[in-house]
This record gives sequence, C-alpha cells and structure tokens, in this order.
Amino acid sequence: MKKYQALFTIRFSSGLQYRAAALGGIATQFAWGFMELLAFLAFYKANPGAYPMEFSQTVSYIWLQQAFLALFMTWFYEQDIFETITSGAVAYELVRPIDLYNRWFCHSAANRLARAVLRCFPILLVAFIVPEPLRMSLPPDLGQFGLFMISVPLSLGVVVAFTMLVYISVFFTLSPIGVRIVAALLADFLAGGIVPLPFFPDVVRGVVEILPFAAMQNMPLRIYSGHISGAAAVRGLFLQAFWFVILVVLGRLWMKLALRRAVVQGG
Amino acid sequence: MLYLKFVSIHLKSQMQYKTSFFLTILGQFLASFTALLGVWFMFERFPEVEGFTFPEVLLCVATVLLAFSLAECFGRGFDQFPQLISNGMFDRILVRPRSALFQVLTARIDFSRLGRFVQAVLVFAYAIPGSGVEWSWDKILTLILMVVCGSIVFFCLFMVYAGFAFFFVEGLEFMNIFTDGGREFGRYPFAVYGEKVLKFLTYVIPLALFQYYPLLYLLDREQGLLFMLSPLGGLLFAVPAYLFWHLGLRRYVSTGS
Repeated sequence: MKKYQALFTIRFSSGLQYRAAALGGIATQFAWGFMELLAFLAFYKANPGAYPMEFSQTVSYIWLQQAFLALFMTWFYEQDIFETITSGAVAYELVRPIDLYNRWFCHSAANRLARAVLRCFPILLVAFIVPEPLRMSLPPDLGQFGLFMISVPLSLGVVVAFTMLVYISVFFTLSPIGVRIVAALLADFLAGGIVPLPFFPDVVRGVVEILPFAAMQNMPLRIYSGHISGAAAVRGLFLQAFWFVILVVLGRLWMKLALRRAVVQGG
Repeated sequence: MLYLKFVSIHLKSQMQYKTSFFLTILGQFLASFTALLGVWFMFERFPEVEGFTFPEVLLCVATVLLAFSLAECFGRGFDQFPQLISNGMFDRILVRPRSALFQVLTARIDFSRLGRFVQAVLVFAYAIPGSGVEWSWDKILTLILMVVCGSIVFFCLFMVYAGFAFFFVEGLEFMNIFTDGGREFGRYPFAVYGEKVLKFLTYVIPLALFQYYPLLYLLDREQGLLFMLSPLGGLLFAVPAYLFWHLGLRRYVSTGS
C-alpha cells in the first residue's frame, strides 16, 4: 500500500507544477461554463415548464462540471501509458515489483486530482460571486454535501477504471486513436457531459440512468444541487460502487489476458 | 504548385494507415454527432429557443461545422505550432527559402478532420429542405458566403492561436474558447447567449457575422444587403490576425534546441 501512496504523491506533486497551463485552463473553463449556462438560460426562458430541473440546479451542475473537469472528463488520457504500450516499454514495467494495474490506476487518479485541485478553486470562487441567475448556490443541507463528498471519489474511481479499459485495449489494437476517441465521446455523452441526463428523452433516460456512465459525473453533480437526494442519492452511491467494482474486476481480468499474450517487440 | 504537392504527400502518408485513418474519421464524425444529439434532445423538450426551431438551428449547426472543418483541414498546422517553437524546430523553418506561414501550414494537413465535414454535409442535406427557406439565388449565395467566410474566420483564429505561441509557451488553452468554443457554441444562433455576447462576437471576434446575421436573412427575419453580405465583414478579421502573427514572428527569440 505504501508504494502506491508514494507513487500517488509523486504524480500528484508533479502534476501541481504546471501552474501557467492551469491558468489558461481556468480561463477557458470559466468562459465555457458561462456560455453553456447562457444557452440553458435561453431554453429555460423559452419554456420554464418543460425544464426538467430547477435552473439553479443546472447552474451548480455546470459550474461544478467545469471546476472538476479534470476529475471527470473521459477524454483525458495519460499519453505516457499509450506510449509505454505501443513502444514496448511496458516490458520494463513488468519487471518491477509492483502491480501494473494499480500503478496505472494511481498514476491516472493522481494526475487528474492534481489538475482538478489547481483549477477548481478559482472557478468555484468566481462562480459564487457572478450575478444571479448564474450564481452558484450552496448544497441544500450538510447531509447532501456529505453524500456529494462520497460521490466524488467514487465517480473518479469509475472514470479511471473506465479509462483503464481503453488503455488495455491498446494491447490488442496498438493504434489507440480510433478506439480512444469513440469510447471517450460516447462515455462523455452518456455521463451527461454535453447535456445533463435529466434532459434526455424519457425513453432513452430509463436505460441511460443505470449504465456505468451514469455513475460518472452525473451522480455527484446532481447530488450536490439536491436534484438527486435522500434515498435516491444513497441508491446512486450504491450504483457507483457497483460499477466501480465491476469495471475494476473486468479491467484486471482483461489485463491479465493481455499480458499473457503480450509480445514485446524490439530489443 | 508546391502547396498541392504537400497536400498529396500528406494524403499519401495518412493513407498508409488506412484503418486508423478511417477510425479517426469515424471518431471525428461521432464527436460532432454527440453534440448534434445534444441539440436534438434539447429540442425534443423545447420546441423553440429565441424563436428558432430545430430545422432552423440545424442550418446553423451545419454552417458552423462545415466552416470549421474546412478551416481545420488546412489550418491545423497552426495547432502543432507551439510544439515547433518549444522544441526549437521553428528555427529550421526560418532558414528555409519559403515563408514561415507557408511552412507552418504545410507541416500538417489533417484529412481525418473530414469526419466533421461529412457530418456537416449530411446535416445540410436534411436542413436545407427542412428549414422551410425558399431557396432563391441570393439565399444560395448567402449560404455559400457563410461557409466560405466562416472558414476564413476560423482559419484566422487558428493563426492568432499560433501567434500567441510566440509570446507564451504555456497556457494557450484559453484560445480554445474561440476555436473549439466557436464551433460548439455556434450550434445555436449567437443571439441565444444574450446581447453582450452577441456584440462581442460581432465586433471583436466576428463569429456572429457569418452565423447569426446572414441566418436572419435566410429565414426572412431581416431584409437588406447588410444582413446578406455580413459574412464579408468577417473577412476584416484577417487583417489584425495576420498583423498579430507578423508581430510575433518579428520579435521571435529562439528557445534553443
């Protein structure tokens, strides 16, 4: 356990070094969230009755989404890992006395966390002071906030476990680009990255709400604003834990299979 | 012509990995497809926004997507430009007997971006008859102007992005709000975002000039030459964009290799 902790700390602090890059990211994400919200506001004004959540809930959803983009976005991959696999350098990794799945998992999770920590505070700060109706509100009560705090790490776990599957697929395809883009975009859409799940047509929504993607950003962002609360929120946490376990188990099995037939190319 | 030669070289080299090439095209296609799906889901719930209906908005989606994909196909050399600067490769470009701009452009011509192009054409195929516009010659001309001028504006934005790389090595991400953001948010007529944003996108970054105003003309909401020819106004953006690039080039100091 200690070595994974060390690994996590190293990755985390090296991720914290890129402050100038973070500055650019913060500006982009803030502007992005702002435009996103203005569009939702236009729809809200067009017909408040058809709007499936309170507008303030959308506001919290979008701001949190932008602030924690690095934690939840499915299209953020570790380039190093792809290169390790395609270049054959993975052979070095295999001789190390450390489990490869755990190592990569730590690596991705730490990097995401570092990026999110660098970016989230300025975005949230501004989100809390911009004028109404775009101002972010606090969660309805402390309990709800607690549920949110449990949901965030679970969500990160599900996202990383999902990207692990994409990394492992590269053992088989060797060309990461196609699979990577398709998987990332589909997951992003089904997780509510483009339009929050409550806006999906009801027929589609019934299915989408129980997929592993619903256990990604969808859950914490809706729990924060109280759109999912009480028993439903607890059920949501269980859904997240369930998919987390399933994805990790799948990933580990698949990795075992991949490594058994891995051929190290070159000398 | 030298440019065509570069085009054919890039095409041939990308065709070496056919599966990957087509999968990437598919990826690009799906990328804009999920955005489109998002628009569709919103309009399933809300029949109209700011007085625009779904087919009318699709006209917007397709115009912006087509303009963007054309600009991207030829202007993505700018995308790699920050790397050229940070690894010192740009110095090599400067000693060659062709303009720097030309070489940066031909460093990369990415045909896999055609995925978006295909999508845009398909959306047009639906939206052009579906939008209820009575297509007369002046309207066809307007639409062509929207696409052509739009892609030039996007191209200029890529150039500004590269220009910034002369001044800052890191933190260029913020330009994405105008390039990728312009594409993503351009799916709705820009008036949706309120008056201030519309003004900004008219006078500062002229994205609305090839999207919102000529759209009003197409939909008969506004008459008059000003609305029909507004995309041409966007071309003025090329002047500051080029000057900015030029300024950067003049004060370029190598990062070393």
